[in-house]
Amino acid sequence: MNAVAFFFYFFSAVMIAAAFMVITARNPVHSVLFLILAFVNAAGLFLLLGAEFLAMILVVVYVGAVAVLFLFVVMMLDVDFAELKEGFQRNLPVGATLGGIVLIELALCVGAWSVGGRALTQVTTPAPPGLSNTAALGRVLYTQYMYLFEIAGLVLLVAMIGAIVLTLHHKRGVRRQRIELQNERTAKSAVELKKQPSRAGV
Amino acid sequence: MDWLLPFLLTLLKSLVLIVALLIYVAYVLYADRKIWAAVQLRRGPNVVGPWGLLQSFADLLKFVIKEPIVPDGANKAVFLLAPFVTGLLALAAWAVIPLDDGWAIANINVGVLYIFAISSLSVYGIIMGGWASNSKYPFLSALRSAAQMVSYEVSIGFVLITVLLCAGSLNLSDIVKAQDTRFGLFGWYWLPLLPMFVIFFVSALAETNRPPFDLVEAESELVAGFMVEYSSTPYLLFMLAEYVAIITMCAFGTILFLGGWLSPIPFPPFTWLPGSIWFILKVSAMFFMFAMVKAFVPRYRYDQLMRLGWKVFLPISLFMVVLVAAVLQATGWGNVMAQ
Repeated sequence: MNAVAFFFYFFSAVMIAAAFMVITARNPVHSVLFLILAFVNAAGLFLLLGAEFLAMILVVVYVGAVAVLFLFVVMMLDVDFAELKEGFQRNLPVGATLGGIVLIELALCVGAWSVGGRALTQVTTPAPPGLSNTAALGRVLYTQYMYLFEIAGLVLLVAMIGAIVLTLHHKRGVRRQRIELQNERTAKSAVELKKQPSRAGV
Repeated sequence: MDWLLPFLLTLLKSLVLIVALLIYVAYVLYADRKIWAAVQLRRGPNVVGPWGLLQSFADLLKFVIKEPIVPDGANKAVFLLAPFVTGLLALAAWAVIPLDDGWAIANINVGVLYIFAISSLSVYGIIMGGWASNSKYPFLSALRSAAQMVSYEVSIGFVLITVLLCAGSLNLSDIVKAQDTRFGLFGWYWLPLLPMFVIFFVSALAETNRPPFDLVEAESELVAGFMVEYSSTPYLLFMLAEYVAIITMCAFGTILFLGGWLSPIPFPPFTWLPGSIWFILKVSAMFFMFAMVKAFVPRYRYDQLMRLGWKVFLPISLFMVVLVAAVLQATGWGNVMAQ
């Protein structure tokens, strides 16, 4: 067994175990922590494929930002387990159907791949030789797929503005801090020196 | 089994690096306390060993032989996992840092992203520790810290982009080599990208929870932040990780802006000094600035901290990314410097 195979099986095994623990762990915080473990192992698999840029972005975006928000929500909300279990029976058919569809699709993928379907060789933009995949991705993303890339960015911007608009309430009559006023204060305007004779009231 | 030898060699190199790093951190801790004391006209640690030089080791010994206490209501597994995660991540970043030309354990193409990813993960140790303690102050502190680190990561990301645009590579060694010009000291990126260097420095303070941004462990309000419930070796690991992270940020800043292992004056006899010595000197100089800030600047208020990150640094760094890209596109100035 060479090193790559060893690491492949290692990452895969840990990832599958972690993914299994995500859905079986009783404590939702533990679930999220196992999810993070699964993400990190997926990044390891990307590294083995030579997709170093994807691996690092997976860690930065999913583990470093998205999972932190998950963890926040799960920690802040008091999740009631009894309530969650109540819905289990009712939602079982829907969940089973979805799971079944995913399973069939995965089987189809593996089947097509094993009989020789190679989608990767038919990609419209083959990887240019002699470039690290970060440079190759950047070159394609910012030239050939410029519009798609910008549109994706725009969609995210709109989503962000939408979320802010939905949650932002400007209450009237609330005293707010005004930073420029705070910064304008000097010792002269803030401190008042007074002569106070002793043994006399203020 | 032909991969066994390189594997063992890497293991050995990592071990040597970690030992050297930990000894360096011991003296950085000592230097931090000494500088702080000197600014406040105190003596600082001066009892253990000559001039107190062995103070850090005495502290280490004391932490290790104390009894670790795990609170009754704590989530034990996560509680004990948190310091290990923190310590591990802090050390992991050093895998890609080149101390000299070719002196990196892993000279990978995406070194900058790797360090960025590792430093974005370090928030987990704090959140896990804060949550697992099952106590109010640690949890509040963990929330604060997570928000703070995520906020300042954004501006650090943009600062990195400006450097990457100038260097044209994500490889840390290549970034240093791109700064190797005939101007020496003045060819490093701190001068052309001076505003970004300042933003990087301040963001690095916030990212590593150093004063004046140490709201995570603001002792006047949160006692000791997420570390309240920790004692003995777990606490030591947190403390160690904090200082290793600070050194990592100093080294990262050295590579990005201060020319890594390059000599500031690009001709002999200055170039005779090995690059690793220059690197260590520069990292120490960066840390000296960190220590001076700790001694000089009063702690920020939390809303001021958030305002600085989102309303000041983010727009400036975003604008600078556009400006640097435009200047490079219009003049090809990066290529002129490199000759």
